[in-house]
Amino acid sequence: MSESVLRNGSVDGFLLLEDGTLFHGQLPAAYPPTVAEVVFTTNMTGYQEVFTDPSFRGQIVVMTAPQIGNYGINEEDTESSRPQVAGVVTRELSRTYSNWRATGGLPEWLAAAGVPVLDGVDTRRLTRHLRSGGVMSGVMAVGSTPTVEAITALDACPPMEGLDLASVISTEVRYSWGDPAAALHVVAYDFGIKRNSLRLLESAGCRVTVVPAATPAQEVLALKPDGVFLSNGPGDPAAVGYAPAAVRMLAESGVPIFGICLGHQLLAIAYGGRTEKMPFGHRGGNQPVRDLSTGRVLITAQNHGFAVAGSDGAIEGSDELEVTHLNLNDGTVEGLRHRSLPLFGVQYHPEASPGPHDARGHFEEFLEAVRERATQDEPSA
Amino acid sequence: MPRRTDIKRILLIGSGPIVIGQAAEFDYSGTQAARALQEEGFEVILVNSNPATIMTDPEFADRTYIEPVTPEFVELVIARERPDAVLPTMGGQTALNVALALAENGVLERYGVELIGAKRRAIEVAEDRAQFAEAMGRIGLKVPQGRIAHSWDEAASIAEFTGFPAIIRPSFTLGGSGGGIAYNREEFEAIVRNGLDESPNSQVLIERSLLGWKEFELEVMRDHADNVVIVCSIENLDPMGVHTGDSITVAPAMTLSDREYQVMRDAAVAIIREIGVEAGGCNIQFAVNPVDGELIVIEMNPRVSRSSALASKATGFPIARISAKLAVGYTLDEIPNDITGTTPASFEPALDYVVVKCPRFAFEKFAAADPRLTTQMKSVGESMAIGRTFKEAFQKGLRALENGRIGWAIGATELDDRLADSSPETLRAALRQPTPERIFQLKRAFQAGLSSSEIHELTAIDPWFLAQLEDLLADEREYAAADVVDERLMRRMKRAGFSDRQLGILRGEHEDDVRAHRWLLDVRPVYKMVDTCAGEFPSSTPYLYGCYDEESEAPRSGRPSVVILGSGPNRIGQGVEFDYCCVRAVLALREQGYEAIMINSNPETVSTDFDTSDKLYFEPLTFEDVLEIVEREQPLGVIVQLGGQTPLKLTRRLEAAGVKILGTSPDAIDIAEDRRRFDAIARKLGIRQPENGTATSVDEAAEIAGRIGYPVLARPSYVLGGRAMEIVFDEESLRAYFDRAVQASEERPVLIDRFLEDAYEADVDAISDGERVVIGGIMQHIEDAGIHSGDSACVLPPYLITADDIAVMHEHTVSLAKALGVVGLINVQYAVKDGVVYVLEVNPRASRTIPFVSKAIGVPLASVAARVMLGETLEKIGFLSEIMPPYVSVKEAVFPFNKFREFDPVLGPEMRSTGEVMGIADSFGSAFARAQLGAGNGLPVEGTVFLTVNDPDKPAAVPIARRFHEMGFNLVATFGTARYLRGLGIPCEGVLKVHEGRPHGVDLIVNGDIQLLVNTPLGKHAQKDDYKLRQAAIAYHVPYTTTLSGASAASDAVLALRSRQLSVRSLQEWHAQLRGEVLAPLSGAHVAPLAQARA
Repeated sequence: MSESVLRNGSVDGFLLLEDGTLFHGQLPAAYPPTVAEVVFTTNMTGYQEVFTDPSFRGQIVVMTAPQIGNYGINEEDTESSRPQVAGVVTRELSRTYSNWRATGGLPEWLAAAGVPVLDGVDTRRLTRHLRSGGVMSGVMAVGSTPTVEAITALDACPPMEGLDLASVISTEVRYSWGDPAAALHVVAYDFGIKRNSLRLLESAGCRVTVVPAATPAQEVLALKPDGVFLSNGPGDPAAVGYAPAAVRMLAESGVPIFGICLGHQLLAIAYGGRTEKMPFGHRGGNQPVRDLSTGRVLITAQNHGFAVAGSDGAIEGSDELEVTHLNLNDGTVEGLRHRSLPLFGVQYHPEASPGPHDARGHFEEFLEAVRERATQDEPSA
Repeated sequence: MPRRTDIKRILLIGSGPIVIGQAAEFDYSGTQAARALQEEGFEVILVNSNPATIMTDPEFADRTYIEPVTPEFVELVIARERPDAVLPTMGGQTALNVALALAENGVLERYGVELIGAKRRAIEVAEDRAQFAEAMGRIGLKVPQGRIAHSWDEAASIAEFTGFPAIIRPSFTLGGSGGGIAYNREEFEAIVRNGLDESPNSQVLIERSLLGWKEFELEVMRDHADNVVIVCSIENLDPMGVHTGDSITVAPAMTLSDREYQVMRDAAVAIIREIGVEAGGCNIQFAVNPVDGELIVIEMNPRVSRSSALASKATGFPIARISAKLAVGYTLDEIPNDITGTTPASFEPALDYVVVKCPRFAFEKFAAADPRLTTQMKSVGESMAIGRTFKEAFQKGLRALENGRIGWAIGATELDDRLADSSPETLRAALRQPTPERIFQLKRAFQAGLSSSEIHELTAIDPWFLAQLEDLLADEREYAAADVVDERLMRRMKRAGFSDRQLGILRGEHEDDVRAHRWLLDVRPVYKMVDTCAGEFPSSTPYLYGCYDEESEAPRSGRPSVVILGSGPNRIGQGVEFDYCCVRAVLALREQGYEAIMINSNPETVSTDFDTSDKLYFEPLTFEDVLEIVEREQPLGVIVQLGGQTPLKLTRRLEAAGVKILGTSPDAIDIAEDRRRFDAIARKLGIRQPENGTATSVDEAAEIAGRIGYPVLARPSYVLGGRAMEIVFDEESLRAYFDRAVQASEERPVLIDRFLEDAYEADVDAISDGERVVIGGIMQHIEDAGIHSGDSACVLPPYLITADDIAVMHEHTVSLAKALGVVGLINVQYAVKDGVVYVLEVNPRASRTIPFVSKAIGVPLASVAARVMLGETLEKIGFLSEIMPPYVSVKEAVFPFNKFREFDPVLGPEMRSTGEVMGIADSFGSAFARAQLGAGNGLPVEGTVFLTVNDPDKPAAVPIARRFHEMGFNLVATFGTARYLRGLGIPCEGVLKVHEGRPHGVDLIVNGDIQLLVNTPLGKHAQKDDYKLRQAAIAYHVPYTTTLSGASAASDAVLALRSRQLSVRSLQEWHAQLRGEVLAPLSGAHVAPLAQARA
């Protein structure tokens, strides 16, 4: 038994951040070095949804909730076909689980997907570090001191700015979701779509055609959608170069458009806005957002590292868009709509999963526009 | 929506005395609410009868009425103060019920007072079982299948439908009072009848049992704009069937997936909207079927609660404070999150730690009481602990209970864990039935080889929790077997929450050696902040907990600091009054510019509010935990004399570890506790004590008792609250006492004192700066000697002790304080018999009467004490002489006998009260009457008095009987007594004793023919009959007294109630009298109809 092999067969591991800060923990097995942007999420439940959320693609996710894995994993709570995260950092990973829906344990599930989890870390120290220093790249590897191999890998890690991950993660082929006979038809751009958005559209009586991120607007219009949904997704919105033109063309056609997260950011860019990298983003299930039209506060699920530049007055660079929602913690733009066209977006995740359901109403809002569009279309069809 | 401007004066209703199910948490919430409202510029008028609270100190409200929390008295306050609104959600069920009564009887409307925080309809729908079930049906949520009964007949037919076991829940009661689980028809009838009786509207809900389902709670808040947030989720380790107050609970929920949690969250949001809590908080309990996730709503409380206090401490989100602000019109987004300072309160706290709450019980005080845990709460206090993991917090929580457990550790013997033996059969039987010891029985079960799945079958505890416990056992085994304990192993054990003592036992080492080794390995705790946001935002509020991670966040102020040790979980004998003292000290020290550092483990208290002290360590009060903090903080010193026995017990070891103890020296504390050393001092000072001796065996005890003469008072040394203290009348009983209650040894001797029969007792609280001693107050006990001072009513100033005797007490107190070198507080207990003053006990520390005395004399003695401990003189502080109030203050104790029906409710030398009330008036009778009404002993103004007294008491009973007769009461007595009284010309009817036939005394009580019971059982020949009478009196809410002195005081009170119109006056006005101000006349004040009061 080598010295670094610990109870449960795990080995010493570390996380080295780009600024040189080192964190110790244990890895379940000897993984090759993993390099990625390190972010934290404050979700207290819903780790399986977090790990399968495509927006986390290419990130090492630090769970601030200290006990992870307690209720195992199941077949239903996945937001995509597989774990998307590059790595996970936890304070205490549970080796046993208990839940009536559970079909297996989290450590085994992550291991099967080749996702390393660094356990036993002072995740609060790490979180505080990221909060004050901003998110940064890091390398997760075996050992108790950084190796040359790990440092080299870290140095080669590209920054998140300028990375178009949406194109990478998007479906390569068009597919359908929901009842083919459903009355309403929504085309969903997949920039890294979460399944719960599809589930919600389906349960609201839509059939959804999911199209690749780079699908031209003409192709989408040819599908005669009653509405277009722009999904969430990972990476830098400014790097998804082809999307704004398509969005604009679709918008001008009069079809209702609803964007979530990356989709919301692309709406802003399409109408002259811009996005900027946030110091450490919003990731969690407790972000308060004010609906400027009603004054009401929604507790929202969020997961983003970029935000649309603007304030309570306006979206920077765009007269055509107006701000509808603001974050109460830091005043960032959380929602926008076009002043005349039926298009709107929110930065947060009304589909939740994980997170609170306060913002579910946005889907209904979108569906109203979709239904109206469908009835307008009928006579001409 | 900003603050309302149409209301200016707000009446805040407190919860009255501490009782099981309603404890210090309402001082915490009430204090927060009062502060929050004053901060907003409202005038706050407060009613609360409990003097041991911070909220009733005069500066916490504009007008403070220490009066009974009953509709009658609250009406008087309303009539006098004319508030614009009443906030009823901060004082537990008591305040809510009073507010509802005042809404129903039209008082609120008559005076134009608006209910804020919760409207009448919301309270009714939430509290009325039938309406609640209907409301849940409307929003598509399930409640337990159950039906409402208003009578026994209705209940019996419902049982046909629910089957057994069945759960019985009375409406409008607190702490599940009067409820229970019935496994058969006989139990069912007993519980239903009791429940109907306890419920103010004679309504019980009878439900299908959900035994074994998982139990959760959510704390929810809503504002006028309909914004809703969930503050905290709590999961009970003990599944359904055990009252949540008696369960080990965990925050946040550990075993819910997001999908399940969001279903629960959606339900909670729908419930608070449907019930219509417009601006404030509520607590909702859920049951979840572990097999399929089915969700059932158990109940909701439309007010702050014990759970909301816990949730506030667990998250850093001050629910009561925010609730108060919502009640006056703010919305959540307009209120800042005080912990971060930069974000609003409209968010849901994210936890990056685990919180475990453990209940503390007092069954050792109520030997005959049923220790089974059911839906009726039986615990008297709780500890809370914070750790980075469940295991860490769980073990810290258990050691914070201070009941001898040093973590998750089995008792020394099976009996300690309430087991006859450790056989699998015995364990299986025990595990099926929840008791306070079950969590330790579990460990024995694992050790005996029972599998986790079998234990789950037996207990229904979630397998995840059982797996955590198994992990702890594996850790123990590995640690015990390790060749060497290296840094890695040590850290892992500490991260799992093991105390140094536990580790020592595992490897046969002394705790101190474990610590020395650990320090050598540099395995030391770090302190992390509770910041509401899991580190997402910077926070500067030093609310800290210890763990064995890497980074410490405890800030250094650079100011000279003082550590104040709190009093830990509430228990009988050590309750909110010590927290009061600690908080007063903290406030005084902060005012003087010191950094005040609080250490405590009790989530119910004001001391553990994050903005009470400059820095709060929420940690167990064990030597290890305290030492680590002191080592890190390097304070000027530590204050140990304000938190009761808890800190006092640590004094010697802290001093030995080089920690400076502020105030009275540890050696002086030891002298007071050590009988032999104290005797020497008393002799030197010429102070008389009852003849006494110290026995290390039963034979020695018999020898001593024979020498000094029976009756004697026997008790173990170094105990709190008169634990196992008894009056013994002969050698046979003495030997029986040793068999039953104590084990004497060299280390733990038993003290034998001559018992002074028929003596008066008095308590004196004083303060000394080392040079000057000033008397705080002299309190005469109402009950005769032999009743624990904590259980006796008392009056300040004394009303029957002669001036000469008082002078002697003065003199003795001063000379004792000087001889012991007291710097701070000292309490001396005296007995006066035949013109001789004896010293019974000396405690060089804060006593439980400090808050009462402070209120009576208008001087916060604990604040003064803190300042003298830091070196100020009484002269500089300006407290130079005893204050003699021109009014009378009475303190009365409150007992939990209604929760322990099996127990004989007789007073004795062992303390059994859970709380206290105060009455202030310009006459003894009126003050005593208020104290009685405040304590829930509604005194009659007419009717029948039932006297049953011992032969030796008969002569003394005569004047009392005559007095009641003269006031027009009918008298009833057992035949002997009746003949005796008639012989003296007092008309009195005879009644049979229980064993003599029927109808007997119990029948009269049951039939409602008796309005007051006077029964004096004390003495060797106490009748067995008496026991039944007293229990009947409790069951049928007939006021009773078990001492003649109590009966005499009651007659004074009845006289006052009959002859005077009641009026109320605020504490601030009474204190103005002390300054010589002339009070405004009470003319024009509304006078309530005479209270035929039943609290």
